[in-house]
Amino acid sequence: MKEEDKIIQEVTENEYKYGFTSDFNNEDLGKGINENIVRLISAKKGEPEWLLEYRLKAFRYWEEQKMKNWAHLNIPDINYQDIIYYSEPKPKKKLESMDEVDPELRETFEKLGIPLDEQKILSGVAVDAVIDSVSVKTTFREKLAELGVIFCSFSEAVKDYPDLVKKYLGSVVPYNDNYFSALNSAVFSDGSFVYIPKGVRSPMELSSYFRINAENTGQFERTLIVADEASYVSYLEGCTAPQRDENQLHAAVVEIYIHTDAEVKYSTVQNWYPGNKEGKGGIFNFVTKRGICHGENSKLSWTQVETGSAITWKYPSTILKGDNSTAEFFSVAVTNNHQQADTGTKMIHLGKNTKSTIISKGISAGKSNNSYRGLVKVGKKAENARNFSQCDSLLMGSECGAHTYPYIEIDNNSAIAEHEATTSKISEDQIFYCNQRGIPTDDAIGLIVNGYAKEVLNKLPMEFAVEAQKLLQISLEGSVG
Amino acid sequence: MKIDKINKDLQALYSTNIKDINDYSSPIINKYRESAFKEFKKAGVPTKYNEDYKYTDLIPTFEKDYNVTFKPIDVQIKTENLFKCDVVRLDADVTLLSRGRYIEEQKIKEFPKGVIIASFNEASKKYPEIFEKHYAKYGNTKNNSLYALNTALAQDGIFIYFPKNSYTEKPLQIINLLVDEKGFFYNTRNLIVIEENAQANIIFCDDSLSTGEFLGNTATEIYVGKNAKLNFYKIQNEHNESNNISSTYIYQDKDSVFHAGVYSLLGGLIRNNFDINLAEEGCESDLFGLSLIDKKQHTANFVHVNHSKSHCNSNQLFKTILDDKATGAFSGKVYVAKDAQQTNANQTNRNILLTDDAKMSTKPQLIIYADDVKCSHGATVGQLDEDAMFYMRARGIRKKEAKMLLMYAFANECISAVKIDALRENIQDLAQRRLNGELSLCRNCSARVVNA
Repeated sequence: MKEEDKIIQEVTENEYKYGFTSDFNNEDLGKGINENIVRLISAKKGEPEWLLEYRLKAFRYWEEQKMKNWAHLNIPDINYQDIIYYSEPKPKKKLESMDEVDPELRETFEKLGIPLDEQKILSGVAVDAVIDSVSVKTTFREKLAELGVIFCSFSEAVKDYPDLVKKYLGSVVPYNDNYFSALNSAVFSDGSFVYIPKGVRSPMELSSYFRINAENTGQFERTLIVADEASYVSYLEGCTAPQRDENQLHAAVVEIYIHTDAEVKYSTVQNWYPGNKEGKGGIFNFVTKRGICHGENSKLSWTQVETGSAITWKYPSTILKGDNSTAEFFSVAVTNNHQQADTGTKMIHLGKNTKSTIISKGISAGKSNNSYRGLVKVGKKAENARNFSQCDSLLMGSECGAHTYPYIEIDNNSAIAEHEATTSKISEDQIFYCNQRGIPTDDAIGLIVNGYAKEVLNKLPMEFAVEAQKLLQISLEGSVG
Repeated sequence: MKIDKINKDLQALYSTNIKDINDYSSPIINKYRESAFKEFKKAGVPTKYNEDYKYTDLIPTFEKDYNVTFKPIDVQIKTENLFKCDVVRLDADVTLLSRGRYIEEQKIKEFPKGVIIASFNEASKKYPEIFEKHYAKYGNTKNNSLYALNTALAQDGIFIYFPKNSYTEKPLQIINLLVDEKGFFYNTRNLIVIEENAQANIIFCDDSLSTGEFLGNTATEIYVGKNAKLNFYKIQNEHNESNNISSTYIYQDKDSVFHAGVYSLLGGLIRNNFDINLAEEGCESDLFGLSLIDKKQHTANFVHVNHSKSHCNSNQLFKTILDDKATGAFSGKVYVAKDAQQTNANQTNRNILLTDDAKMSTKPQLIIYADDVKCSHGATVGQLDEDAMFYMRARGIRKKEAKMLLMYAFANECISAVKIDALRENIQDLAQRRLNGELSLCRNCSARVVNA
């Protein structure tokens, strides 16, 4: 079978293809949240006193808060007492090599096609896989350790590098930042921790893979990336979940702290289960992601391809504190059927000569709603700050919605901020042009959409770019406008 | 909390004066008061926690003590003094208001072709059928509490009526003068009805002749009938102690054209809400806005265009130049309903900050539910083009002059949209003097020197 045929075949499987469940023997703490559960999670992970205090502080704050509904989303009531906050695949023992990994788990990874096995290791990606709430396996640790790069699960980091974790946890996203960051800070179970020491360029791309597996569980992972002076790392994140009728909650927090001259590239391909065609089930993806360019000349680049989740609420943001620091945000958000997305970015310019670029492409099809919501804020001292934003929306079908809410707040007269946006549909001319050359309409749409999103897809690391292109086609299958 | 006191005071104002308010108005206006007041009571004066007022802090404005009266006032203005100041002088039919109240002796003025300009209060008694049909029909008391407050308190303002196929030879100019040494809180209510095929040119000027502290809360409802055309201009040229909040609701019927410009030159706090409903097919709506502000002024333009039906075009261009510690805000919202296919909508907001202390916030939003549309928006905040400055300086133009030229060119894009020649020239002159910093010094009298 030729490569193209394979892609076409894959494209025509428009059902969610990651919808299997794995039969792990999961252990959980039962449903519900209260101070006791928070204490239990902390105890189960053998955490130090300060971390428990942090969790409790966050929990008490969360309890007082109510969910805000300013976003252009229709979020059904979430019963926070009906969620299992901690679930881990058993048996849990220290794993030394792949052979010791639960065969069921390995099979899962194979189905996902994530490069955990030997053969894939050659592809040179270090992976930290988080299933349900617990980090199961981190590859390539030793090799990275030689360079002083720390890449491990969050709970290991708490044990092995408590000083680092204590110093940076909550430094970018405080526990009281918002409702979901508070919830996450209270009950986060695991996640990834990355530390790149001074002057080190990470030799490979680091990747984490998140999967919600057990029923009724919420996933609350926590990612903390610290790039010390003049270091570089590219970090990838992928997500999938099984098909279930109920909605599942995913409330993660990602914090990135970048020192002088360092650079971090953070790429996400988010493909949580979006629910079925009638809008039943699917993941609620309420994520707080934020990075701080703390030192001079530092750089943070966000790239995201959002195709999954029933509801996405996510604004990867950057605080440009260091002078001459740079931030980029490239996003493609696709919604189909009954999906809802309210996503965008915040660029907060505090330092001099800071620059930010925002390219956001929204594609809505079916009965979905897709919103871009962004903030560009230039502080009083941010001389010569420069921002360029472009957010385009593409509508396919007459029952979907595309919305843009850009906020621009400028407090400095040497700043230049530009915002452009257009909303349009795929023109009949373009489709006709393709049809005439023998390309069926569905493929033509895939082609046009990929061309439209190319600016962003080009920013993705190789492996992800291929996957993302296919994802775009799958997500839009059968949605001729 | 300050806001609680403000709301309590406003509620008390209503309850203690309701008898006077009702006695001097007609029943057709009075019957909406109770329910509007209830809505106001529920929401109160909007605070910064209200998304639409995030950038406009009304508390300092509402906190001050103002005089209020709900009884008719007797103001004499010598018309020969009127145009000494910077009030735009045109070959137009002038109608005077003071503090939002109709003060002409002739309460109802009739023009050929049946065009009427009248006191809102008198007209509501004389033309109940028009009021029954149009009054309080286009505004929304539920999401605009200040409009609700206006509906509860307003007694007078202006009423303009263009019957079918009518037009006037000269544009109609309505001048609202603030003449009082004491500060005043006033609620003006206007109703403009342009029937089928009529053509109207209407100019609203807000000017002040004295220096008290004023707070105006104006509401205007405009109906533009089938195939009718309305050119509507608003010039806000008051002093720095006057605060002007206005809510303008426009309802456009099939194939109607609404062309509007709002020019804010002087004023303390200026807040303009425009709500345009393109209710039927084939409507066209153009809106231009220019704010030239300095000192501690604040202008905020909020424009909501609702495309309900297909084949409508809307266009917005808003520009601001901010000097000193001025703050500005723009929020545009283009809503395209599911049925509004073949919509063309465009909104542009451009701003220039001249100092580090000036602040601009802008929020151009698109909310789109139809797929066959062309919508775009753009916003920029920046400063004068350095290359252009250099080009001029290299040719021997002094810095100050070059700056002036650039600012003037920037502003002129909004001004050149004015379709009445004399008015355009007048605004150009005002803008030029404003940019030179001369506007606070009146040419002919010393009324404004106090504020300079």
